[in-house]
Amino acid sequence: MFLFVLKGLLRDRSRSFFPVLIVTAGVLVTVFLIAFMSGYMESMVRQNARFDTGHLKIVTNAYAEKLSQKPYDLGFIETEAEFQQWQEDFPSIRWTPRIYFGALMDVPDAEGNTLEQGDVFGMAIDFSDPSAVSDIHLSEALVQGRIPEAAGEILLSEELFSKLQLELDSTVTLLGSTLYGAMSFRNYIISGTVSFGVHALDRGGIVTDIEDARAFLDMPGGASEYFGFLPLGVYDDDAVQEIKQEFNAKYNDEDDFSPQMLALTDQNDMGFMLRYMGFALGLITVVFILIIGIVLWNAGLLNSIRRYGEFGLRLAMGERKHHLYNWLIVEGLAIGVLGSLIGAALGMGVIQYFHVHGFDFGVFTKDTSMMVENIIYTNLELKNLLLGIIPGLVSTVLGAMLAGIGIFHRNTAKLFKELET
Amino acid sequence: MTESLVKIRNLSKLYPTGGGGFLALSELDLDIPKGAFMGLVGPSGSGKTTLLNIIGTLDNQTGGEIEVLGHKVDTLDAKQSAALRAQKIGFIFQSYNLLPVYTVYENVELPLLLLKMPRAERHEAVMQALKWVGITDKRKSRPNQLSGGEGQRVSIARAMVKRPLLVLADEPTANLDTENSYNILDTMLQINKDTGTTFIFATHDQKVIDYMQRVVTLIDGKKAKDDLKTGS
Repeated sequence: MFLFVLKGLLRDRSRSFFPVLIVTAGVLVTVFLIAFMSGYMESMVRQNARFDTGHLKIVTNAYAEKLSQKPYDLGFIETEAEFQQWQEDFPSIRWTPRIYFGALMDVPDAEGNTLEQGDVFGMAIDFSDPSAVSDIHLSEALVQGRIPEAAGEILLSEELFSKLQLELDSTVTLLGSTLYGAMSFRNYIISGTVSFGVHALDRGGIVTDIEDARAFLDMPGGASEYFGFLPLGVYDDDAVQEIKQEFNAKYNDEDDFSPQMLALTDQNDMGFMLRYMGFALGLITVVFILIIGIVLWNAGLLNSIRRYGEFGLRLAMGERKHHLYNWLIVEGLAIGVLGSLIGAALGMGVIQYFHVHGFDFGVFTKDTSMMVENIIYTNLELKNLLLGIIPGLVSTVLGAMLAGIGIFHRNTAKLFKELET
Repeated sequence: MTESLVKIRNLSKLYPTGGGGFLALSELDLDIPKGAFMGLVGPSGSGKTTLLNIIGTLDNQTGGEIEVLGHKVDTLDAKQSAALRAQKIGFIFQSYNLLPVYTVYENVELPLLLLKMPRAERHEAVMQALKWVGITDKRKSRPNQLSGGEGQRVSIARAMVKRPLLVLADEPTANLDTENSYNILDTMLQINKDTGTTFIFATHDQKVIDYMQRVVTLIDGKKAKDDLKTGS
């Protein structure tokens, strides 16, 4: 009987081709949207972790309270011994110190007078640690020149560098304030320029060695934040929360300068964003099921009306209503499987393309402070394909179930009568 | 005395309408013996199709009693009436009602698939049925490739393939020309003689009536005449 039903289904294009086409298109769109949103989420997590949050971060209690202001004057000083201890306590995490600071950059003319001035956002990392350099993909981000090798060298954002019409190896002066509020200024040589692909950083960022920043800001042996990264480089909230609880239970107390560990999801509303994105993914799936379900229900209803004669005939031959109904569901399932597989296969092709080439999202993010890469790559994962296939199957079965209810609502003799109409 | 395949006593069927109901059948008594080749005749609305539906267990009476193949129709549940139809009753329709996406062979095969008959037996039965109606050569054709007469032959083969005891034919020649009508009637009469299958026709076609051994005339749901032709 299955082969019989399948033959009928394949030969009747209005029952197979068009529904399959609808499911294919729906699954393709869903699979792609899920892969895109998942890629977007991962990009956001990755960028935030690299530049702003780490997978984990240790800051002082006082700093944590004003985290968004990056108040380095509330950071750590002379914490080499403590840092050593934290590394020993959590050897699976890779730790690195950073200082974020703001300053005024003064560009002198040939005679040493101020030519231009502008605000800059400074990020100081440990250039002696190759991992710290690779964390922010510095080599890939380098546009001109080289990574600083000696004290007093900095990298400038390419955008700012071009805007101020600077030259490599020229000197600029940073003016700021020390940890204690005293005025501080220091000359730096521009060793190169960078573009991270994050507009928030590329607008006016500088990257310097942490020892230079410590000297400039009078923070000996200090850091404003200690970043921690999980060994595989992929954020795992469960693992991170466990480490955070352990650390805070051991080291955190009421003191303003007591160390406090924060997870990525505790910062920049990332926890909310991730939950929101997860919810949005679920919503897309549900909406897809509803839309395609309604379309297929409609198609099924029209088909059922067209097929009442056939149903009447089959009932007259001794087939039972529930048997007929079950076969309608099997037909729906077959369409769902076929459409979903084709949709998923096509979707995989499209996802694969954008997984390699990506979307240039820079034009949409250039005026925002969101930590998102300019190029978003779709996330090619089996999980995303399955998420698209499941609603494809559910919607076709649901559509068939709804459409087939008419069989039970119609009297057998009435269906039989419709054979003649 | 010949065994009755269908026993009808004081049968009535009332269809509910806004004005209190339409009585399609009333006080009907009828015995149809095994092997009969008989017709229910009468004008439109006389109750022929309603009676055929009740005999075919597709509908229930609202009064009286009817026994088909030893089963009281109103006591059968959906499963039992479906089983009775599947095994023992065949239907032939005015407009053939062949499923257009299937071949002639597959259309005839359908009733046997519902009976879950093994493939080899199924093949033999289908070929035999097609042979009866003389369209073996058309077994791979689709219904839209057949003439009206051929289509009705397939419909007869489909009704006969499971070797039913009773065949109900509702206006089987209404869409056929004279020559095809006679061919079809000859075929059914031959099957009736060869297999002893009971045929009940609902018709007002004189050509069909001429072929009947017995003609029951219905008028306004009541039996007006019951003519048994001698020498048929």
